[in-house]
Amino acid sequence: MVTVTQPGQRRTPKAAKTNSVAKKAVMAVSGIILVLYLIAHMIGNLKVFAGRESFNDYSHWIRTIGEPAVPAQTTLTIIRIVLLAAVIAHIWAAISLWRQAKRARPNGYVTKKAVAQSYASRTMRWGGVIVGLFVVYHILDLTMGVANPEGPGTTPYDRLVAGFSNPLITAVYVIALVLLGMHLRHGIWSATQTLGQSNKRRERTVNLFALVFSVVLIGGFLLVPFSVLFGLVG
Amino acid sequence: MTATREGATFASGTATDPAMAPHGMTLTLRIWRQKGPADKGRMVTYQVEDISPDMSFLEMLDVLNEKLILAGDDPVVFDHDCREGICGSCGLMINGTAHGRGTSGGPTTTCQLHMRKFKDGDTIDIEPWRATAFPVIKDLSVDRGALDRIIQSGGYISAPTGTAPEAHSILVPKKDSDAAFDAATCIGCGACVAACPNASSMLFTAAKVSHLGLMPQGQPERNERVINMVAQQDREGFGGCTNIGECSAACPKGISMENISRLNHDLLGALRAGARPKS
Repeated sequence: MVTVTQPGQRRTPKAAKTNSVAKKAVMAVSGIILVLYLIAHMIGNLKVFAGRESFNDYSHWIRTIGEPAVPAQTTLTIIRIVLLAAVIAHIWAAISLWRQAKRARPNGYVTKKAVAQSYASRTMRWGGVIVGLFVVYHILDLTMGVANPEGPGTTPYDRLVAGFSNPLITAVYVIALVLLGMHLRHGIWSATQTLGQSNKRRERTVNLFALVFSVVLIGGFLLVPFSVLFGLVG
Repeated sequence: MTATREGATFASGTATDPAMAPHGMTLTLRIWRQKGPADKGRMVTYQVEDISPDMSFLEMLDVLNEKLILAGDDPVVFDHDCREGICGSCGLMINGTAHGRGTSGGPTTTCQLHMRKFKDGDTIDIEPWRATAFPVIKDLSVDRGALDRIIQSGGYISAPTGTAPEAHSILVPKKDSDAAFDAATCIGCGACVAACPNASSMLFTAAKVSHLGLMPQGQPERNERVINMVAQQDREGFGGCTNIGECSAACPKGISMENISRLNHDLLGALRAGARPKS
């Protein structure tokens, strides 16, 4: 095919900062940071099975890491700043690419059928929004306690037990965690592609790893609310 | 049954063979009609009769157009050229999938999709590729010049022309030449863009970047190529890739997602090396 481009056809070039692949890389790297945190978070949660004392001590330890070399909460504050930066970067890249995709096809098909897409890949955007809202609720509930039945000023263990004793609250957590699992299942594969680390040979392994990792991680998270709900922890 | 086989002939047919039956399939077509780029466009329903299962999808549209012309109506405009599945001109959204991939059972171009994949009485929705970067010219024909401009921005090598050099003077590993060849089978039909939920042209651009980036001749311009081609595809108004895989599934040449990973790898490398898109 031969097409001669008229000078007028070339639209005003944008700088490299609007590069869609670079945005995807921001999404991938911030996502990896958040996944690393989730691994630590899930393992830490399992402390609940070691009893009330152990769990509350663990919660206290997180706030005092590095003391007395550094003032109280220094390590925690650093972790929180990194996480907040990662969340903001992740959301910024997502919104920016979402809008680009919207502009790329403002009028959809009358009939459109998927051939290959997974449910996980289809729910990345709205699933991500729901998980984001859940994180806000989760912090108000268990970290700050303001949205918790026990209220603020209580021990982390009491807040956890009080919350998950309510089947409705447990249901919210289960739904959000399943959505998060699907988000990670596609996200891990997508990040591998975006960072240029996938190929035909690795494709199957990467997808299998993403699935197994998500199931194990979310399974680990779900263990806690279900144990409280069924009276194994109380 | 011979009629289900590629290239079944009328001679091999019997009285019960659908190909020999006095009346072939009757189909209801819902086709996107749009008078021009500025027209809003709408789906219009047509009926076609006597469709042989051996016809290609485009031949079926030819039958409809003959009918429309005889009736004094405007025929349906659609792109086509070689009708051998190698030129990349044809491309229709058929029942919601690019090139009718949901019906074909395997990688195909619209011209190589045959009517034996459909049943008598079927309703078939036919739409153009839909993307901001592919404005509709008329009916089912879209302007895919955006893909040409992506090629112009870096899908080439700068080398003196003249007598072909001795083939053995530059050795290429078999693995690389195979992968480059697979990428080079892209015919630029735009099905990847049409099938992508984000209307992204990543598979197309990635195929071109891979094709040249795997060859020794492509190395001198490797960084500039990827950066300029991605910048151009963003400029054309394509969406970003979310690695869903609809593109590769719809691709008539089965170009794989690994090419997208290779593009990303090259692009991040080029950015690190300080390459910036030319304006």
